[in-house]
Order: sequence, then structure tokens, then C-alpha cells
Amino acid sequence: MNLSFTAPFKTSKLSIAVLVVSSLFVSPLVFAAGGGDAPEIKRQEWSFSGFFGRYDKAQLQRGFGVYNEVCSSCHGLKLLSYRNLAEKGGPEFSKEQALAIAKEATVIDGVDDEGEPLERPGKLSDRFVPPFKNEAAARSVNNGAYPPDLSVMAKARTFHRHVPWYTEPYYWLYDITTGYEEKGVDYLYALLMGYKTAPRGVVLNDGMSYNTVFPGHQIAMAAPLSEDAVEYADGTPTTLDQHARDVSAFLAWTAEPHLNARKDMGKRVLLYLVILALLLYLAKRSVWSRVKH
Amino acid sequence: MSDHSSSYEPSNGFTRWLDERLPIMRLMHGQFIDFPTPRNLNYLWTFGAILTFCLMVQIITGIILAMHYVPHGMHAWSSVEHIMRDVNWGDLIRYTHAVGASMFFLAAYIHMFRGLYYGSYKSPREILWILGVMIILCMIMTAFMGYSLVWGQMSFWAVTVITNLFTAIPVVGESITQWIWGGYSVGDPTLNRLLSLHYLFPFIIAALVGLHIWALHVVGSNNPVGVEAKTPKDSVSFFPFYVIKDGFAVIVFALLFAWFVFYAPNYLGHSDNFNEANPLQTPPHIVPEWYFLPFYAILRAIPDKLLGVIAMVAAICVLFVIPWLDTSKVRSTSYRPLYKPFFWLFVITCLALGYLGAKAPEGYYLLASQLFTAYYFIHFLVVMPLIGMIETPKQLPDSIAEDVLEDTSEAEKA
Ligand code: HEC
Ligand code: HEM
Repeated sequence: MNLSFTAPFKTSKLSIAVLVVSSLFVSPLVFAAGGGDAPEIKRQEWSFSGFFGRYDKAQLQRGFGVYNEVCSSCHGLKLLSYRNLAEKGGPEFSKEQALAIAKEATVIDGVDDEGEPLERPGKLSDRFVPPFKNEAAARSVNNGAYPPDLSVMAKARTFHRHVPWYTEPYYWLYDITTGYEEKGVDYLYALLMGYKTAPRGVVLNDGMSYNTVFPGHQIAMAAPLSEDAVEYADGTPTTLDQHARDVSAFLAWTAEPHLNARKDMGKRVLLYLVILALLLYLAKRSVWSRVKH
Repeated sequence: MSDHSSSYEPSNGFTRWLDERLPIMRLMHGQFIDFPTPRNLNYLWTFGAILTFCLMVQIITGIILAMHYVPHGMHAWSSVEHIMRDVNWGDLIRYTHAVGASMFFLAAYIHMFRGLYYGSYKSPREILWILGVMIILCMIMTAFMGYSLVWGQMSFWAVTVITNLFTAIPVVGESITQWIWGGYSVGDPTLNRLLSLHYLFPFIIAALVGLHIWALHVVGSNNPVGVEAKTPKDSVSFFPFYVIKDGFAVIVFALLFAWFVFYAPNYLGHSDNFNEANPLQTPPHIVPEWYFLPFYAILRAIPDKLLGVIAMVAAICVLFVIPWLDTSKVRSTSYRPLYKPFFWLFVITCLALGYLGAKAPEGYYLLASQLFTAYYFIHFLVVMPLIGMIETPKQLPDSIAEDVLEDTSEAEKA
């Protein structure tokens, strides 16, 4: 099912019916983009969105590849440890693979007898080693701009739809009933796909690139991805779109590492509550049948 | 009501022994088993039980969060992420607490509109109502302080904006603000006291809830008809009738709660709070959580800072005096044809202010917030006193039993 809505809509029994029916399917929704240069960001289909959503571990592995080979030279993942790569509900690399990844990093740990810092290869329990020693070092090689840490980036960004105000409650309900938590991921994907040549008349500052969805449209990060930027072991086509999707999905996982377990547990809790509610309702009916009320 | 005789009979040696020394079982039995409750309550009366549930959920999840949280500017934000990632089921505990705050306010607002519609604040329930207003005030402060603990961008700047309001106080404003901060800006000392008070306030709320229920049990529940229960025929015992009904309602509410916790935990939050606090970078939009938006709209509707603050505080404090502003003798709005459309206009006003609180205060948005702010106060200060004086209410039934059983012959039999 592929519903596309253009607001305004009529408030009627029909629209309520559409709401109820559409909320049963997690369908990509085309949002009517309004006013002038407002970026148009679309809701994408992700394996991990909605009631039945789960991470696709093959996609997370590919996404890690993209992060590791491209983004990690500028962006850190300071909230993650290498062991997370082998944990359930993530890319689920084998312990050996995760250890091999950890060992590529150099960790400064303690001092030697002369007080000099000691270096050793990374271990599973280490946090991801950041690409720069500190913010100043990062800025000095990035034209004065700071590449932010990406650990929770997929939740730290969002976008606003441009729809008439009286349709907003409808979208709130739609988003709540479909469990739409991926606005930030959709932004990441749109950002990575959003590099265009600047329209005529737009003058870019030194070292800046034009991006359709970045606020202000001038971003200090040059387009990081291109076709065939990274090799995939599983034979998935290495298009720009695929790279952007995979790395966005990977960052969704770094931001919300326990999503699979949470959604699994949710189903059991809801089932339990529904049964309990039914039983209580029947008990309530039978108790109250004794008196008129 | 409180003097109804308890049918409690200790069933064994131990409870008999206890009853002669501390008749706590007798008290509980009288208040929560035998307690006579109007037989005609609708589901809006289940929100008291739902709110009790919410308070317990916040306290339990909050105590666990506090075991792992670090109230320090350098570590607060990452300690919350540590809870989300490394504590067993920490993400669920935190999401339950964060979503729980929203659910708590949702239930509290429904509970309050129930009271407004059915005139539950009128004599003899003034103290009961005032205790309720004190509870919502404490809830507002608790939730504000809790939100700040995350120490993300939105937390930090919300604290900055709100504490800065104190500078509007003439003469001593500056010193009071610095005293609150514990320094010359929002910083570590501020964060430490926020945690200390955020831990304390829920227990003040719990104590107020105790008084609230005590006051309720002195005068008894109001009901949809708004005539007092007089004879035993008007009431049923709390157990099993309302225990089972409240229990059912709590579980239905828990379903909504669980939906948010498991499938939309961040929907009600703000993405900017996933960026760590940065005192040097003001976020493009500073917006509070949804439950504060109506008050935020009132604050910003008024161009003068001090007057804005006064209006915002007054918006809640006016509730303290409505038992005396409402001149109508009739409680339930169902029997007040003239007042009824104004009641709904007031509900729309609150929703509209909530919507406008999230928008930039400029152009039509600003104008609309000013109009709705005006009506918010006109409703209490003009409409309530005036309509009570000029309105002819509908004929009230003589008793609850008469209303429920329709004709009196049945009422006599029942
Ligand atoms: C050459 C260094 C470099 C590389 C490689 C790089 N980035 Fe960036 N990135 C930056 C800089 C610099 C900024 C800050 C841009 C600004 O604020 O204008 C940035 C900003 C971002 C942002 C934040 C945008 C916002 O809304 O604030 C995201 C998301 C991002 N990068 C993702 C990625 C991803 C994903 C990759 C890998 C595919 C990547 N970056 C590769 C340098 C880089
Ligand atoms: C009246 C009841 C309460 C309300 C309305 C409330 C509200 C809140 C809110 C809105 C937050 C921010 C949530 C987030 O975005 O993560 C929060 C956080 C927090 N609360 Fe509470 N709370 C209550 C009771 C408690 C209690 C009793 C405790 C401890 C004993 C507690 C401890 C904490 C801690 C440690 C945090 C910060 C960690 C986090 O962000 O998850 N709370 N609270």
C-alpha cells in the first residue's frame, strides 16, 4: 500500500476511516511541501520502523562499512564500544570480527615508567577512538567547522512538515499510531542525498557545499558519499542511494541500540495488557449487573 | 462520609491484636472497601486512580534512574546515555519515566477539566480543589526540574530561560536569580540543586495526594448530576464496584502508556535534547514539553517581561479562587445551558494556547495568543461570576437514585 496525502483534506468520517486503515500499514507518506525554499524531506521505509520494525543486520554491517571507511575519518562515535558491534540486535559481527575492528585503533592507556603515554591496540571493551584529539584539532583540518559526534545524531535532528495548520492534528495522530520515530533518520538520508550544484545566484562561502536540506543550505562538509565509494561483501549494488540508506540505518542503530529488544518486549506487554483489560472488563460488567447505574 | 461505620471485623488473632493497637486495617477497610460512592460516576472519575498509578510509576522508575544518574555538567548527559545503553533495561526505565511525565500531565489535565465541568470545586469541596491546584503546581516544578537533568540543549536553555524570568522582579531580581543559580550563570551548582529538589518534590506531591484523598473522604465524591448523595440508595460500596472499574480504566490507560514507551518513546520529546548542553550556542527554537505550552503561550503573549511572568503564574493561581468566582448554585454543567458553550470555549482556548505555545510569537500567531490569553482570564473573572447570576439552570433531579432509576417507583424498590 502506498498512500500519498496532499493536504488539505476534508474532515469527515472518511478521513477518520482512512486514518484508522492507514495506521495499520506503515506506509511511506509523501508530505506536501509548502513555501519557497523549504526543504522537502520524505518519510522513508526502514526495516526498523513501526510496530513490526527490526534492524536488518546485513544492512547494519554494510552501514558500518560506510561509516568506517568514509565518515570515521572526521566523525566519532564516542558513546559506542567495540563490543557493541558483536551484540544482539545490532550488526552482530562475530566476536573475532569485532576484535579485529577494535585492534585497528590505537588506544592511549596509562603511562610508562618515564611518565610517557602508553599506546596499545584497541580491545572489545574500549570505546570507539575519536578521529581527533580535541575540538580544536578537528576544526583546524575542517576549514574551521566541527564534525559533530554521530552516536545519537539520528535522534538529534528532525524536520518540520509544511502542511496547513488545521491538518496538523491529523499528522500527529498518524505519526503516533504508526510509531513514527525515524524523522531524524529520514533527515540524515535526505542530507546525504541532498548535495546539488548551487542554484544560480547563490554564492557559496569558501569551502562550503550546497545542500538542499541543511538549514541555510551551506554546509561545511563536502559530499562524503558517491557511487561505489565503499565495496560491499554481500553483493548489494553500491549506488549512492544504497550507501546513504545503509549508513543512515547504521546510525539509527548507534542512536537506539536496544530497539529490537524494546519492540519485542512491547508486543508481550501489550498482549498481556489487552488480555488483562478484557478480563477486568468482563468482571466489571458482571459486578455492575447487580445494580442499575 | 468519614463517619460511616466501618463493617470491619478482624478475621484472626493477629488482626484482632493489631486492631486494638493500630486500627490501620479498620481505617483502610472503611476508606477503600466499604466507602459509599455515588452509583452514577462515569469514566472521568477513574482518573484519580490513574493519577495515583502515574505517581507510583514516576517514583519507582525515578529512584532507579537516580542510582545511575550523575548530576555534574560534564557527565550528566552521558550518564543518561549510559542508562540508555549499558544499564539492564535502562532504556525502558528511562522511557517509562519520560513518557510517564507526559501521561501524568495528560491524566491530570483530564481530571481538572472533569472538575471544572461538573463543578467539583464548589462547596463543600473547596479545600479538596485547592489541594489539587497545589499538586499541579508541584507537578509543574517537578517535571521542569526533571527535564533539566538530562542536560541536553533543550534542558539547559529551558533552565536558562525560566530562571532568567526571576530577573524581571524589580530591585532584587538579579540577586534572587544568582541565588537560585548558585553562581553567575546556570552551572554545576544549579544542576545539583535541581536533582536534589527533583528527588524531593514527588514525596511532597505524595503527601499532598494523601491530604487530597482525606479531604475527598470527608465530603465524598461529587457525581455527574451534581446533587449530593443523601440516602444509601444513591451510593454503592467502593469495593467491589469502583475497585473493579478503576482497575479496568488503569489498565486501558496503561495500554496507551505502553504504546508510547515501546513504539513512540521519543515522539513527545524534542530532538535538540539529544545534543549535549552547550552554553555558547543558543538553539534556534526553545520550546518546552507539550504540557507547558499553554502557559508558555501566555508568557509570550504579553510583550512586557514582568507582566508576562505575572500572567503565567496567575493562569494557575486563579484556579485557587474559582470556588468563590463561580456564583452558580448548580454544580454540573450538564444542567447549565447558558454556561455550557462557554465551558467548551474555555477548553478550545486551552488547546489553542497549547498549539500557539509551540509557534514563534509573531504575526497572526501572536495576535491569536493574545486573544486566547484574554479569554482564559475573562472566563474565570467575568464569565463565571456573571453567568451564575443570570442563568436559569435546568431542573435537577431530587436524588442520584431518581436520576439513575428514572422513575421514583423503581427508586423506592431499589
Ligand atoms: C572530511 C570530513 C568529513 C567526512 C569524511 C564526513 N563528514 Fe560529516 N561533517 C563534517 C563537518 C565539517 C561537518 C559540520 C558541517 C557544518 O556544520 O556545516 C559535518 C556534519 C555532519 C552532520 C551534521 C549535519 C547537521 O545537520 O548538523 C552529519 C549528520 C554528518 N556530517 C554525517 C556524515 C556521514 C554520515 C558521513 C559519512 C558518510 C560524514 N558525515 C563524513 C565533516 C565530514
Ligand atoms: C511527580 C513525579 C515526577 C515527575 C512528573 C517527573 C518528571 C521527570 C521528567 C519530565 C524528566 C525528564 C525525562 C527525560 O526526558 O528523560 C525526569 C527525569 C528524571 N527524574 Fe523524574 N519525575 C518524577 C519523579 C521522580 C522521582 C521520584 C525521582 C527519583 C527518586 C526522579 C528522578 C529522575 C531522574 C534521575 C531523572 C533524570 C534522568 C532521565 O532523564 O531519565 N523523578 N523526571
